Amino acid sequence: MLRLDRVSKVYRVGSFGRERLHAVRDVGFEVRSGQVVALIGESGSGKSTIGKMVLGLTSITGGAITFEGTDVAGLRGHRAHKEYYRRVQGVFQDPFSSFNPVFPADRVFALIRAEYFPEVGEAEWRRRIEESLRVVRLDPAQVLGKYPHQLSGGQLQRILIARALLLDIRLLVADEVISMLDASTRIDVLNLLADLKARGMGILFVTHDLSLGNYVSDTAVILRRGAIAESGPADRVFTNPLHPYTRRLLSSVPRLHRTWAQADAELPADDGGCPVHGRAGAGDGSATLVEVEAGHFVGCAGDGEGGPCRPDPRA
Amino acid sequence: MSAQQVPGGPVPGEGVGAGPGEAAAVGAPRRGNETVYFALRNPKLLAGAVVVAVLLVAALAVPPFLGGSPNAYVGPQAQPPSAEFWFGTTNFGQDVFAQFVHGLRSTFLVGLLGGGIAALVGMVVGFVAGYRGGLVDEVLNMITNIVLVLPAMVVLIIAAAYLEARGILVQSLFIGLTSWPWAARAIRAQTLSLATRDFVDLARLSGRRAHAIIFREIAPNMSSYLFMTFILLFGGAILIAAGLDFIGLGPPQGVSLGLMMHSAVSWSALQLGMWWWFVPPGLGITAIVGSLYIMNVGLDEVFNPRLRET
Repeated sequence: MLRLDRVSKVYRVGSFGRERLHAVRDVGFEVRSGQVVALIGESGSGKSTIGKMVLGLTSITGGAITFEGTDVAGLRGHRAHKEYYRRVQGVFQDPFSSFNPVFPADRVFALIRAEYFPEVGEAEWRRRIEESLRVVRLDPAQVLGKYPHQLSGGQLQRILIARALLLDIRLLVADEVISMLDASTRIDVLNLLADLKARGMGILFVTHDLSLGNYVSDTAVILRRGAIAESGPADRVFTNPLHPYTRRLLSSVPRLHRTWAQADAELPADDGGCPVHGRAGAGDGSATLVEVEAGHFVGCAGDGEGGPCRPDPRA
Repeated sequence: MSAQQVPGGPVPGEGVGAGPGEAAAVGAPRRGNETVYFALRNPKLLAGAVVVAVLLVAALAVPPFLGGSPNAYVGPQAQPPSAEFWFGTTNFGQDVFAQFVHGLRSTFLVGLLGGGIAALVGMVVGFVAGYRGGLVDEVLNMITNIVLVLPAMVVLIIAAAYLEARGILVQSLFIGLTSWPWAARAIRAQTLSLATRDFVDLARLSGRRAHAIIFREIAPNMSSYLFMTFILLFGGAILIAAGLDFIGLGPPQGVSLGLMMHSAVSWSALQLGMWWWFVPPGLGITAIVGSLYIMNVGLDEVFNPRLRET
């Protein structure tokens, strides 16, 4: 359904734009309907940029993003974008900044109606909103007509998902939808995403939280400095991490019943050098991926700046 | 922002913690009530508004009762204020009071037109530059900076001196077209910061067009700011017009507070001790512009919860 093919994003930085910043390099993966793809990476790894490029909010420097056969970067004009957004919607990280503070929160529904369903009657529209709110487990009487500051982050986040559901969307880009929520509302929204997935929607789940990525996703894509470090079926990536970066990430997830000292002590033991070029570290650092098992890809352990993967000093 | 449920109804001070542009009141009845509540309790705003309102009523309501031309020679020459001629008469026997109220009219007109044109140009340039960014921003910003560094007064003097048609409208147009740059820069800066907020992206995802996003999503967030910008431009336009009139480049046939001071100086009112000729127009200009600026400070306090004196 959604396909990214060697997608890159380069920003010009510095005075007169002389320096280049590679925010995203040669990223490729696919989101199928009824599938959740978790895009996992630390701050600055380019995961939100990928989300914005998929939504057409940021231009693409290289590569191609295709949705059901149409090139997203090739969308020209307001009408083409509008039709695209009928099928692809996004929910952003910060629910408080996603609402215009001077208007009631349900204005996000009114915008959808004004642009996409001007012919729908008042009562029918009201029914659709209430149905959509019930899908996200919100009480319509509790949230309609309220201002954003009168609602909690979890409620606002779910209103945004309800807004996306008003359109008959095929793909939802969920950019860090969970990270602003507290633990109890978190699991609600996660279960909601699982419901949507069961209804056949494709979800691109952008997160920096490994355990959340593991909880909902079918496919995991680990990003490191804008390039894919490792990607594959979520259970394979999480049970058999091959890239040193993925291993470090997994070992840095805090766990109950284990102190940092214990976690650190285990870390050097399973370091096997570069997964592509072995302990010798002869790679040229290019962002090529190697398929180690069915659908499980891993990249070179180079420094991610085009430099080679160095031999492991401890080897 | 609190994650708690706040019961509805106007709770004064509820907006505390909102940013300067966020407590705006367009289309929001609850916050609107709050704005009115604080507006009616702000002495600076009320005092300024009363002065401006009194002068505005004088300018609008009094001239029809006086009848005749304000420049007509109606009375004895160079008389100090009396029961018949409230503000005295000029060297030529013109009624200073009639000139004053007619002059107020043109002063308000110049402020409204000149300030309005400047606000319009500044808003369009600022919004488009801030929202579009990129090359559009570069070009508009360059134009803004060029107009900003033009010695506006000198250009106005030259233009006014060489232009055939010298009416209030042309004068307002010139003032409007030279005094917008700072407003454009300020609005551009505000728009830049607001345009990065997620609700703007969400509006784009909702299929909104750029102009609708600018005027229906971004502008309401800074409506108080836009209002204050207009007030400052209004006062600025009055001052520039008075300056032009005073150096003799005003509308030759009209009446304005600046022209009154120009004639007072030309006909040696200062040396002759005819204070009633130049004090009323000078005081009028000072009162209007000063009140507008004080109103601006008061409005700032009304719209920005952090400046409120509790």
